[in-house]
Amino acid sequence: MTLPTAPDSAAPAIEVRGLRKSYGRVEAVRGVDLRVAVGEVFALLGPNGAGKTTTVEILEGYLSRTGGEVSVLGFDPSRPAIKGRILSGLAGLLPGMGQRSQERRFKERIGIVLQSTGVDPYLNVQETINLFRGYYPDPLPLEDVLTATGLAEQRRVRVRKLSGGQQRRLDVAVGLAGNPDLLFLDEPTTGFDPSARRDAWEMVRNLKQLGKTVLLTTHYMDEAEHLADRLAIMVRGKIVAEGTPAELVRRGGATTIKFSLGTEPPPVPRELAVERDGTDGRYTMLTDTPTESLHRLTAWAVEQDIELEQLSVSSASLEDVFVELARAAGEDES
Amino acid sequence: MSNECIQVSAFTLALRQVRYENTTFWRNPVAAIFTFVFPLMFLVIFNLIFGNTEMALPGGTVTTSTFYVPAITALSVIGACYTNVAMGVCFSRERGVFKRVRGTPLPTWALLFGRLAIAIVVAAILVVIMLGAGALFYGVTLPTNTLPAFLVTLVLGAATFCALGLAVASIVPNADAAPAIVNVSILPLMFISDIFIRMEDSPAWVTIVADIFPVRHFAQAMHTSFNPFETGAGFEPLHLLVMAAWLVVGVVVAVRFFRWEPRR
Repeated sequence: MTLPTAPDSAAPAIEVRGLRKSYGRVEAVRGVDLRVAVGEVFALLGPNGAGKTTTVEILEGYLSRTGGEVSVLGFDPSRPAIKGRILSGLAGLLPGMGQRSQERRFKERIGIVLQSTGVDPYLNVQETINLFRGYYPDPLPLEDVLTATGLAEQRRVRVRKLSGGQQRRLDVAVGLAGNPDLLFLDEPTTGFDPSARRDAWEMVRNLKQLGKTVLLTTHYMDEAEHLADRLAIMVRGKIVAEGTPAELVRRGGATTIKFSLGTEPPPVPRELAVERDGTDGRYTMLTDTPTESLHRLTAWAVEQDIELEQLSVSSASLEDVFVELARAAGEDES
Repeated sequence: MSNECIQVSAFTLALRQVRYENTTFWRNPVAAIFTFVFPLMFLVIFNLIFGNTEMALPGGTVTTSTFYVPAITALSVIGACYTNVAMGVCFSRERGVFKRVRGTPLPTWALLFGRLAIAIVVAAILVVIMLGAGALFYGVTLPTNTLPAFLVTLVLGAATFCALGLAVASIVPNADAAPAIVNVSILPLMFISDIFIRMEDSPAWVTIVADIFPVRHFAQAMHTSFNPFETGAGFEPLHLLVMAAWLVVGVVVAVRFFRWEPRR
């Protein structure tokens, strides 16, 4: 492509600075900065109502923004005023009248998978994908779309006869049909059973293999951890943390050691800094130096000739980090 | 590869939408059949009840069938263009079809072009059915001298009610509210607009209301086309003018307030 607005490969796929969005007096998005590199799978993680969908819908061109700068594949996704739309619509009617609208050129390069389905129930899978392929100048071959989304066997099934999981795959297939450079996936696995989620994850990995940039929103920690190259945690309209899953987990710090001690436990020395849970009688150690702590604990147990039952050592999970950040952000408010 | 040579022309997209809307319309055969049976039912029932009554027209006397064939033809066009377009837009919007399309390069006007084209095809089929049934069962035929006026009235009527269908769909908040608003906005007008019954000696305010809205103007222009005593071309400039004014209102409201998502 030789569009003047096309990005060079070094430019990020998405760049957002100081994004704000208010609905009346309610601020849904309060100064968000984002940078998503080309070819990256980026997850926007946050609880319901954090402003994820609002942010993504601004990037997709559905919503206008109240403030800040947004560049998606080099385009400003906000809609031009109605007069401009009518004029460019008329210009598009006349054959040979050069430029398609800015909006149309932008939409030709992105794929959007919304939270809800929006396809005709009376078409079959293949017809639906072909209908959408027809909207784009350089669509992905039908077979590639069917393979990437695992719908090859359902190609002649009417949309209304598909299962929930299959309909969601069709949503993704439709988003993929135009061979977009950038794909938005808004909560792609909400309502899936565990095996359908595994399949969906496989599908997102396939998209990465195709070289797509993917921006996905989710409120599932494990989903972000499995799929994303990088992720940002959004709470109450703000990004509270950003990085690779490993980096964020490392920020979580403490490792947890848990064990229990038979029916008549000996007193545990105070220097081991163990806390006993009143209900299930299990012992918990929180430590930033797990090797050393575990060594002292097992040395003591061997010396006492007792067994550490149900012994477990777990590093902080992304979920712990997430819960901690959400709590901290909540406290800042009050 | 130059970007321009692979671009899909908006016109091609619009034609493709027509094909797609046509496919989906016929894939729901029950709905499709009722679209055609419904007005035919009205024609049969009204003729059963009132068919042999005498009715005075400018220039002579006819049976009521001569009234009901153009009346139900007008009803068919209004049903296919106004009611069906408004309902269809509201339901598609509810299902997220419009929001999804807005995320693609398909221009909104091309999407609507497909919708309206199918509505007009349905209206045209209905008109043919009404003309056929009128001639076959009730001996009511369209005079040849008024054919151009009839066609102009039909085209303008279809355009006006399509535009008003889109306009009202922009005002309807969501699909739950659609049947109520769409029916309430059109059924009472049909009663006072020479479609279900011929209005004679009605209170002045009823006549005024009927004169403001386009339904009666459309119906009366159709009645004139079917009047066997009409010696001229049968054009009704005043009626056509009011319909044209409503066409403009419909287009302006639809363009200004069109929505891609339902409102709660």
